[in-house]
Amino acid sequence: MKENNITRGKVTGVIANLVMVDVDGPVSQNEICYINLEGVRLMAEVIKVFEKRAYIQVFESTRGLKVGTDVEFTRGMLEVTLGPGILSRNYDGLQHDLNKMDGVFLKRGDYTAALDDKKKWTFKPLAKKGDQVLAGDWLGEVNENEQPHKIMVPFKFEGKYKVKSVADEGEYTVNDEIAVLTDGKNNEVPVTMVQKWPVKIPIKTYRNKPRPFKLLETGVRTMDTLNPIVEGGTGFIPGPFGSGKTVLQHAISKQAEADIVVVAACGERANEVVEIFAEFPEIDDPRTGRKLMERTTIIANTSNMPVAAREASVYTAMTLSEYYRAMGLKVLLLADSTSRWAQALREMSNRMEELPGPDAFPMDLPAIISNFYSRAGFVYLNNGESGSITFIGTVSPAGGNLKEPVTESTKKAARCFYALSQQRADSKRYPAIDPIDSYSKYIEYPELQDYIKEKISDTWVDNVMLVKNILIRGKEASEQINILGDDGVPISYHVDFWKSEVIDFIILQQDAFDPIDRSCPMPRQKYMLDKVLDVYNTEFEFESFEEVNPYFKRIINELKQMNYSEFESEQFKRHEKELYYIIDEKKSK
Amino acid sequence: METKAFQKIYTKITQITKATCSLNAEGVGYEELASVNGRLAQVVKIQGQNVTLQIFGGTEGIPSNAEVTFYGRPPVIKVSDDLAGRFFNSFGLPIDGGPEVEGDEREIGGPSVNPVRREQPSELIATGIAGIDLNNTLVTGQKIPFFADPDQPFNEVMAMVALRAKADKIILGGMGLTNDDYLYFKNVFDNAGALDRIVSFVNTTEDPPVERLLVPDMALTAAEYFAVDKNENVLVLLTDMTLYADALSIVSNRMDQIPSKDSMPGSLYSDLAKLYEKAVQFPEGGSITIIAVTTLSGGDITHAIPDNTGYITEGQLFLRRDTEIGKVIVDPFRSLSRLKQLVIGKKTREDHPQVMNTAVRLYADAANARTKLENGFDLTDYDERTLKFAKEYSNKLLAIDVNIDTDTMLNTGWELFSDNFTQAEVGIRKEMTDKYWPRKK
Repeated sequence: MKENNITRGKVTGVIANLVMVDVDGPVSQNEICYINLEGVRLMAEVIKVFEKRAYIQVFESTRGLKVGTDVEFTRGMLEVTLGPGILSRNYDGLQHDLNKMDGVFLKRGDYTAALDDKKKWTFKPLAKKGDQVLAGDWLGEVNENEQPHKIMVPFKFEGKYKVKSVADEGEYTVNDEIAVLTDGKNNEVPVTMVQKWPVKIPIKTYRNKPRPFKLLETGVRTMDTLNPIVEGGTGFIPGPFGSGKTVLQHAISKQAEADIVVVAACGERANEVVEIFAEFPEIDDPRTGRKLMERTTIIANTSNMPVAAREASVYTAMTLSEYYRAMGLKVLLLADSTSRWAQALREMSNRMEELPGPDAFPMDLPAIISNFYSRAGFVYLNNGESGSITFIGTVSPAGGNLKEPVTESTKKAARCFYALSQQRADSKRYPAIDPIDSYSKYIEYPELQDYIKEKISDTWVDNVMLVKNILIRGKEASEQINILGDDGVPISYHVDFWKSEVIDFIILQQDAFDPIDRSCPMPRQKYMLDKVLDVYNTEFEFESFEEVNPYFKRIINELKQMNYSEFESEQFKRHEKELYYIIDEKKSK
Repeated sequence: METKAFQKIYTKITQITKATCSLNAEGVGYEELASVNGRLAQVVKIQGQNVTLQIFGGTEGIPSNAEVTFYGRPPVIKVSDDLAGRFFNSFGLPIDGGPEVEGDEREIGGPSVNPVRREQPSELIATGIAGIDLNNTLVTGQKIPFFADPDQPFNEVMAMVALRAKADKIILGGMGLTNDDYLYFKNVFDNAGALDRIVSFVNTTEDPPVERLLVPDMALTAAEYFAVDKNENVLVLLTDMTLYADALSIVSNRMDQIPSKDSMPGSLYSDLAKLYEKAVQFPEGGSITIIAVTTLSGGDITHAIPDNTGYITEGQLFLRRDTEIGKVIVDPFRSLSRLKQLVIGKKTREDHPQVMNTAVRLYADAANARTKLENGFDLTDYDERTLKFAKEYSNKLLAIDVNIDTDTMLNTGWELFSDNFTQAEVGIRKEMTDKYWPRKK
């Protein structure tokens, strides 16, 4: 870049983190610039241009900023650095490595590098001389924490390239040249292991994006059994505070069957992130036998960190996920919470005095949200391999009211809806996912139904529908009992209610803090579902309604002890045997 | 606070509202302090030459030719060990007749802690109140508010918790405190002989409301001094955060910002989070724990202030008068301590989580039974027993006048279970019932 081409400007106004700058040259929307505040460079992004005035949002506190301060524009948008060494790092919303920062407190303008440029990686070539390649094609791979990390043709390369040379197997740093490509005009272009990509633009180097069809196991029964999510699917979890959103998301991130987990802690509590920092390096990943942290990257922009960086953090997380998807990996992206992101948009729109939409959110909020969700998905790459990003976001609806703009906009974009109910949370029925209000659109996909038939059983989908029906009937029965009184309804109402309670206690409720119960693999889920359906399919005979409650409590107790026992252990079988003794007691002859 | 020599004095104010004034000035930094006819003010908006100041003392009687000088720095507080035992106003000036405190100048509202430098909170704070220790255990580095209607004894409970908590320092940030409540705190701390470990920043109802905006930052900056420089465990009490939020809305309103829900500023979440997130466990051993009060109107927690607070804090404590026993209890349904999982069953006895959950579940069954009773239905034997259990549970464990250690709370729990229920009804893991179920003589 030639020095005289750089656009410069001077600060003319400050309102919190919105700064007005008069510029002397061209600026573009979303361009990154730096404010030179007494030697400290503060990063900012252009969010509006009006004649010679640029409105920029500063990713830092603007305390002490004065009119007349110099600003330097970079001509680039906000970009992330992509290369080996992203896994197991803790980044802030702009991909600065939090661990490399000095001191206990965050300092303005302390921008640390995303990757380690000293570390040597063992590179293995995959492409060979003469190959024709496109952006995103694999040139070689390195081993990143046991994941095959592909070194790809940079995503920014347009058109076809020819491989002129690829480095031999050996040790290289990220900035070493590992290949030389030639473009259509025979210009040579060197390639290293690092590339950059603007976060607001989706990486689309895949061949096609079919409807997702593979079940993604999370180990959470009420999700996998009743409202399954799929590889490359999208879901969201709205719930009032205290309903267990974060506990649920942590459970999913620990157990889900994914190669890579990206967690975007967006505007939430710092102690929750600390919990991940503390626990993930300790937890064994059952799939690889290594530590969970080794396949995880955390983007932490907690609620007390600057608001503008919060908005960027979800895009940073999505772009990192897209990078790993392009390697043919299964990525799980979790964002907690997307409402905080929407609020960050609202704060800025408010300061720019834009005309507000509902609840003072910006008018284009639904479009922004659906655009973001559409970046997830299952894809086939150019070489026929597949990769996926499964995205689950939480929503924190104001006042627990689901009729608010963020929830409503998200409902239009996400295919799975896991409604957390205050009532269930109050009665400590965790996870508090409401089985009747929640839905998964995927279970209606014939592609997924075929997959389930092959992998689980022919009758699975029918059983799941039956379970939903039993729950609805149980709810109706309980309403009738409450209106008419225990003895005002036939005994069968009590039986219907308690049969649905069996499902609630055994399938829906799960103890996230119990070492055995917290994760339930699919074969075990199927086994337990068969057990509760055995109970459901049994005709019972009772003398009076008073017998029903204590009897079913005994059934629930045995089944619960099964949930707490090692699958198919002695203990497990003992409780199972006991269960059938109890069932026989009241079985109609 | 003295002004420097050769300072430019502005005398031409262009706009005055109830909380702010604007003037043309040069070389002014954002968030810089200023003085308007002797009243403290802070820069909240700069547009070219035009600078908007938020005047903490209110704008009553401010003339359009008022003298304005700028300090060239944001608000600061002087910190040293001499803070202990002292009472200050919102600006950090003594109100107890003592001398000004000498010490290091610290900017208030400073930077946030790098999340990777935080330690996971792991030290339990014992209060002796079973409604808290058993069901909603507090942990150092936690932030938790009381959600309470104005008529509930939250300040009394908070003072009790503070005194029993064995903190090295207690910092009281009082916002819109009535003079009576201020004197109450002063007396309680004095009588407990704890005054030497207490620092207070108080804005009473007699002071202008906008001044309150400084109180939490003053209190938390002092807390950071003791927790970081001295590695002490500091407990910060903030009451009442609803009045703080009201002051925020006054200022944003005067600046013509578009209000969001409940006429609160759109940035309410970030504004509150910046304060509450100062609660932290430092790796060197110091910690800041925040216990706050958010008063509700008519128990409505969907209002923007409690709602945003709930999303920020690590749980909330609800007080309720239980008419069955005629005492105030800590409501087990609506109260929650999110960090309790870090200590219960680990720092306390292994059966803690199960006893806690089971008792609350049975208490919920009792609530259902009561509804049945009120609707005129017959009760089953089980219903009757849950009602009996609920009454004893309320009296022996939930009431705020309980003062026992955690093991005693757990033993009491088991006794209540075995007095009223069978093991199957209780439904606790068998290993636990085998060990703890009381044997009847």
